[in-house]
Amino acid sequence: MTVTLKNGVLDPQGKAIEGALGSLGFEGVHQVRQGKVFDLEVDGTDRAKTEADLKAMCEKLLANTVIENYTIAID
Amino acid sequence: MKSAVVQLPGLNRDRDMIAALTLISGEAPITIWQTETSIPDDVDLIVIPGGFSYGDYLRCGAIAARMPVMQAIKDKAAKGVKVLGVCNGFQILVEAGMLPGVLMRNTTLRFVCKEVKLEVVNADTHFTRAYAQGQVIRCPVAHHDGNYFVDDETLAGMQDRNEIVFRYAEGTNPNGSLSDIAGVINREGNVLGMMPHPENLIEAAHGGRDGRGIFASALDVIAA
Repeated sequence: MTVTLKNGVLDPQGKAIEGALGSLGFEGVHQVRQGKVFDLEVDGTDRAKTEADLKAMCEKLLANTVIENYTIAID
Repeated sequence: MKSAVVQLPGLNRDRDMIAALTLISGEAPITIWQTETSIPDDVDLIVIPGGFSYGDYLRCGAIAARMPVMQAIKDKAAKGVKVLGVCNGFQILVEAGMLPGVLMRNTTLRFVCKEVKLEVVNADTHFTRAYAQGQVIRCPVAHHDGNYFVDDETLAGMQDRNEIVFRYAEGTNPNGSLSDIAGVINREGNVLGMMPHPENLIEAAHGGRDGRGIFASALDVIAA
């Protein structure tokens, strides 16, 4: 699961990283947004159920949906 | 008026809070551990103190907000029991969905530990009756994530209902919070969250008593 800040939410850490990238000489870098990645191993073979469970995990704990969006990838 | 202080791993202002409540009410609060699932019926005020519950892992207050004791606190709040969250306690209340909004990293990216000025924006609450409307008080802050944020629509509703109780005053906003918000109350008026630490400005040794009014109001000892 990848959790990122919603558009319009100020990301001071992203701003600081953007500044640091600039000072390292990387030009043309804009809109740096910091997020989180959660890597899980889950038992079971029912893909639909797993996806529903992962969505519930994001909604209930891993993302704060006031300010964050999330995406889920299963492989 | 009986009070209770919640204890969770990583909270570290619980002893300051116990001292403040004891001093102002004349009675020591009971303590409630995170795994407890019920709170005694005679408790009228539940306080979640500051600190760094669960090491601020994931998001400040996120893990604590999902501990069993929080359901017990929600049940009590639904019955009208007063709940006060200070600093990490405020973060826990928003993570638990008991107050709107979220507390993000300070815009300076720095931990701030200093004194600020607070305007009492709403003196007509269970927690602020001891103050005058618009009164400016001193109060210490100590946090890394006090940058209050909420969407525009929710903010407008909160303003209409006078749910913003404290704002940083006189240019002392230490964290970039939206509309200088330092403390908010729920719609029902019995759950207050605030980033500053009133428990650390209640006696002469602290250098002032400006924080007393919050406890005096909540504990019904206005004369304090």
